[in-house]
Amino acid sequence: MAEAAKLQVSDEVAITIHNMNKWYGTFHVLRDIDLTVQRGERIVICGPSGSGKSTLIRCINALEEHQAGSIEVDGTLLSSDLKNIDKIRSEVGMCFQHFNLFPHLTILENLTLAPIWVRKTPKKEAEEVAMHYLEKVKIPDQADKYPGQLSGGQQQRVAIARSLCMKPRIMLFDEPTSALDPEMIKEVLDTMIELAEEGMTMLCVTHEMGFARQVANRVIFMDEGQIVEQNEPEAFFLTPKSDRTKLFLSQILGH
Amino acid sequence: MSDTPAQNVAFVRTSEIPPSPPPTRETGAIKWIRENLFSGWFNTILTLIALYLVISIVSGAAPWFYNGVWEADSIRECRDILAGKTGACFAVLVDRWDHLVFGFKYPQDAYWRPLVAFLLLLVAAAPALFGKIFPRKMLILTAIYPFLAYWLIWGGTLWLPVLVAGSIVATGLVFRLVEGMAVNMRQILAGVVGLLFGLGLAWLLFKGAAELVFIASNIGGSGLSVIPYAVFWAAGIFTYVCVIPMGIFVGYAIYQSAEDGGLVTIVTALFAIYIMLAYLLGPVSGAFNSIIPLELQAVPSRDMGGFMLCMILGTVCVTLSVPLGIVLALGRQSHMPLIKGVCVVFIEFVRGVPLITLLFVANVMLAYFLPPETSFDLILRVIIMITMFSSAYIAEVIRGGLAALPKGQYEAANSLGLNYVQATRLIILPQALKISIPGIVNVAVGLFKDTTLVSVISMFDIVGMIRGPIQQSTDWISIYWEVYGFAALLFFVVCYSISQYSQWLERQLQTDHR
Amino acid sequence: MTTLADRPVTASTGSFKLSMLLNDSRYRSLTFQFIALIAIIAFMAFVGGNLVRNLTAAGLNISYAFLGEPSGYDINQRLIDYDSQSSHGRAAVVGLLNTLLVAFLACITATIFGVVAGVLRLSNNWIVSKIMAVYVEIFRNVPVLIWILIIFSIMINVAPSPRDFRGDDATASMMFFDTIAVTNRGVYLPKPIWGDGSMIVVAVLLASIVGIFAYRRYSRKQLFDHGKMVPVLWPSIALFFVPVILVQLILGNPITLSYPELKGFNFRGGITILGSLIALWFALAIYTGAFIAENVRAGILAISKGQTEAAGALGLRPNQIMSLVVLPQALRVIIPPLISQYLNITKNSSLAIAVGYMDVTGTLGGITLLQTGRAIETILLLMLFYLTVSLLISFFMNIFNNRMKLQER
Ligand SMILES: Nc1ncnc2c1ncn2[C@@H]1O[C@H](COP(=O)(O)OP(=O)(O)OP(=O)(O)O)[C@@H](O)[C@H]1O
Ligand SMILES: [Mg+2]
Repeated sequence: MAEAAKLQVSDEVAITIHNMNKWYGTFHVLRDIDLTVQRGERIVICGPSGSGKSTLIRCINALEEHQAGSIEVDGTLLSSDLKNIDKIRSEVGMCFQHFNLFPHLTILENLTLAPIWVRKTPKKEAEEVAMHYLEKVKIPDQADKYPGQLSGGQQQRVAIARSLCMKPRIMLFDEPTSALDPEMIKEVLDTMIELAEEGMTMLCVTHEMGFARQVANRVIFMDEGQIVEQNEPEAFFLTPKSDRTKLFLSQILGH
Repeated sequence: MSDTPAQNVAFVRTSEIPPSPPPTRETGAIKWIRENLFSGWFNTILTLIALYLVISIVSGAAPWFYNGVWEADSIRECRDILAGKTGACFAVLVDRWDHLVFGFKYPQDAYWRPLVAFLLLLVAAAPALFGKIFPRKMLILTAIYPFLAYWLIWGGTLWLPVLVAGSIVATGLVFRLVEGMAVNMRQILAGVVGLLFGLGLAWLLFKGAAELVFIASNIGGSGLSVIPYAVFWAAGIFTYVCVIPMGIFVGYAIYQSAEDGGLVTIVTALFAIYIMLAYLLGPVSGAFNSIIPLELQAVPSRDMGGFMLCMILGTVCVTLSVPLGIVLALGRQSHMPLIKGVCVVFIEFVRGVPLITLLFVANVMLAYFLPPETSFDLILRVIIMITMFSSAYIAEVIRGGLAALPKGQYEAANSLGLNYVQATRLIILPQALKISIPGIVNVAVGLFKDTTLVSVISMFDIVGMIRGPIQQSTDWISIYWEVYGFAALLFFVVCYSISQYSQWLERQLQTDHR
Repeated sequence: MTTLADRPVTASTGSFKLSMLLNDSRYRSLTFQFIALIAIIAFMAFVGGNLVRNLTAAGLNISYAFLGEPSGYDINQRLIDYDSQSSHGRAAVVGLLNTLLVAFLACITATIFGVVAGVLRLSNNWIVSKIMAVYVEIFRNVPVLIWILIIFSIMINVAPSPRDFRGDDATASMMFFDTIAVTNRGVYLPKPIWGDGSMIVVAVLLASIVGIFAYRRYSRKQLFDHGKMVPVLWPSIALFFVPVILVQLILGNPITLSYPELKGFNFRGGITILGSLIALWFALAIYTGAFIAENVRAGILAISKGQTEAAGALGLRPNQIMSLVVLPQALRVIIPPLISQYLNITKNSSLAIAVGYMDVTGTLGGITLLQTGRAIETILLLMLFYLTVSLLISFFMNIFNNRMKLQER
């Protein structure tokens, strides 16, 4: 908590979500979402299964389309204009629960693919950048292996590095550790903490409450497609206001 | 367990038990035979029946092979030599070897050419089939092979295939060049290309609209034909209306794309290859040939025959139908209803009719749909129809591969900012194709067997040769076991090796790091 | 990702610009489809224009009137009345029925071959499973056309001609107490004559089939309710044969057989099955049987691994495991490929033309086409027929698949 306070949050706005709604057919998944994210903020989103957490962060980089309201990322309005979508996607990196590495490419190729084809970076340069980030996530020696040969924790760190290679200004994480064994969770969380300390804007769906306490400057609780409560981590965990939050926290921390 | 003292729960092993051989009853051939062949009355009966079957087939066939006559000029001579014994008359294979393999019109002094082409095929296919074993560089051989094989089999000047290959390479260079241009240069280019293309398209559409109205006026609106009449009229008017907007729009789109390069690069490359192939190819290859004549005796397509024809049809059609199948499979996955609909209708139509009907189309119907002055020879028309046929099946195989990919692959590609073409080419297709290879190989085997169907439309592939020139000659009248057996053997060797390859590949894929 | 309709409201407002046709996901797919539509129309124009020109040049038109004209050719195998004065349309129907006939026969036979070979290939008996493997590999790796021609040639060359059955020094004789004659023109079988009261016999037969099902149900109930195992096989067999034979005898043989007899140079009476039909039927069955065997084997293997052990752990006997646990589940895996093999048989039956069996390809696509010269019309009708059959079969297969999916949930 003390560390989290140290990390500065600028006044600049990174993401504005205003009155956003989404339906799957007739099912109202997201209801009137309002959220403003400052640059440098680290936000943890939690909530029961099916509450729309994944859907929310997938809307931010247009993996899902929202049907009402607005999302603005770095001043770019997320609309049906494909140019804007491309622009936003190149600013926003995303990590998935199941890593989604490309199994037919080596680790290095996984990392350099997007920089070469999307950013048109020369191959050599892209490889240098890739090696830099691989060192950062502490697996430079695995560069020529294939994803299937790595452990889950290593794969997730590669996935983080792959996103970083695109030099994103915002990172989205969708339950990055929930498919991992306990001893691998730590290595991924360490990577994420390091990232946070460098001032990356992060939106993270996770149930790792230790991580939330240590890194987040805001915790958001979602239920049934709505933001039920948000607060600083300390206040959120010690004095939850809503009954639903209390129930959720008692279930998740109770055992 | 047994040495654990019952009264004492705690146990520590102090002595190692050395491994010992099993009791002798449990090994040896007798145990194997008893367990595998004579376990129970039912199994015993099965074994006896099977043994009887094998023995009677072998004892029936052995003298037939053993007494086989290899040297005779006709079936009567054969019978005289055999003098009443059972025996095969393999002499027909010796006598008609050339016919069975090359057909009866292919020039004799050119037999070495298809043979060389066949051997090269093995060399060229190897790096594509056994990617792990051979260096990647050898794939160049595979790329050169089609042109070389065409020249070897059909003959004519070498410059023609060389220049076609050259044009393709040159088009690739043009593509690279435009892609790498400075943006303002590309803007100028895009303006010019857009203008030309827009004008050309408008002109084409104008012609098309006139054609549609012409068709409508020929149908005449009476009786049932009023429906096509109305459809063609409507299409004609629609096209007339589209001429100018489409011309402007497409031209504008090309111009607009200058910044990121996509469209203008493709269109310029297409322009380049069209000009090279349509206007430069003939004169340039003629000129080259008169300077350095590199010529083989030309053989027209209708002279191809025998097993060679099956091989040609098989390899050409499979090769062509893979890219077409990919396009169809992607189209069928598309979210655009029209494009999806067209692909579905095509695939289901082709899969719903027998190949023979498509060959009939090639034989008697296709000519009606082509411009009167063009004369495609039969083999080309057959290649078109067989390619269509197998591409539909391959499309279904690839669709299975695409469906097997987890959704996360698409999402990861999208979230990295790759566009549809990039994601498909770099992420989706390599994986989907890898999964589909065994299925594609199965389609290829089926297709290769189906090439014998061309004998029904009086082409002289190996079956056509047997049924026509061989069985109907006075020398070898109605000989069948030997010739059909030989044909069956050839097909068996090829198809069995291919399907073994496919199984090997499947095992390979299972152990692969995926 | 989602369709356009999902996006009634979008954040982007402002006026329409031409570039939005390309860069806006709302319009982009419309644009592409519009271009595709234009391409299709252009293709239609090209093909249609050529067709019109070519037809005018040849002095032809498109008309289906020939279907009503007398055909002028005979068909030696027919399920409905037909002679050379009948119309081309009727000839097509005769051919169509012939296609369905051979396809039906071949489907049943191929299933039997396939299931037997597939199950035996998994047998513990080494020699039997190897023989089945050889059968499968040999037959599926050689074109079916070659098999048809080989079997047809054997029929013609090896079987005796009717003339050989004649006289005192006959070289050939009829089989099964002079009831069946196998000749190079075809096989002659006894033909049932339906006398008075034969309907009763048929009714009894149907009743005993119903009875067999009822009995099986009863035996199962006995097992479930009282824990008693009642024998099933022998009573079923008895139930099938005994009542029918009794009724037949009591009523004084209402169903009699007319046997084929050698008259002059050929056999008369009885049912004739042409050599071409037999060759086609048998070749299709044995070729497709090899594929079905593979499907059956794969289906059983896919299920049996874990399930056999689980069932064995429950204490079921091997044949109970097979019939209660493995086969019902394997059937779900086997049936879809099995149906597509049936489709293949139907389509491959068009190879009849190679042995002169008059199926629809032989009548409509063969002689009618040659006599009338109406290539486009006949080929289109031919394709339409096969397409209808295929679509019907896949329609039923989809229903089956959906039901299976529902049950799995
Ligand atoms: N493609 C879809 N079509 C229809 N409904 C969907 C789709 N994707 C998700 N849903 C539904 O939307 C709701 C929210 O899903 P979402 O994945 O956002 O939940 P979540 O909060 O991430 O849950 P979890 O913690 O289990 O990941 C769920 O009820 C889910 O069933
Ligand atoms: Mg989720």
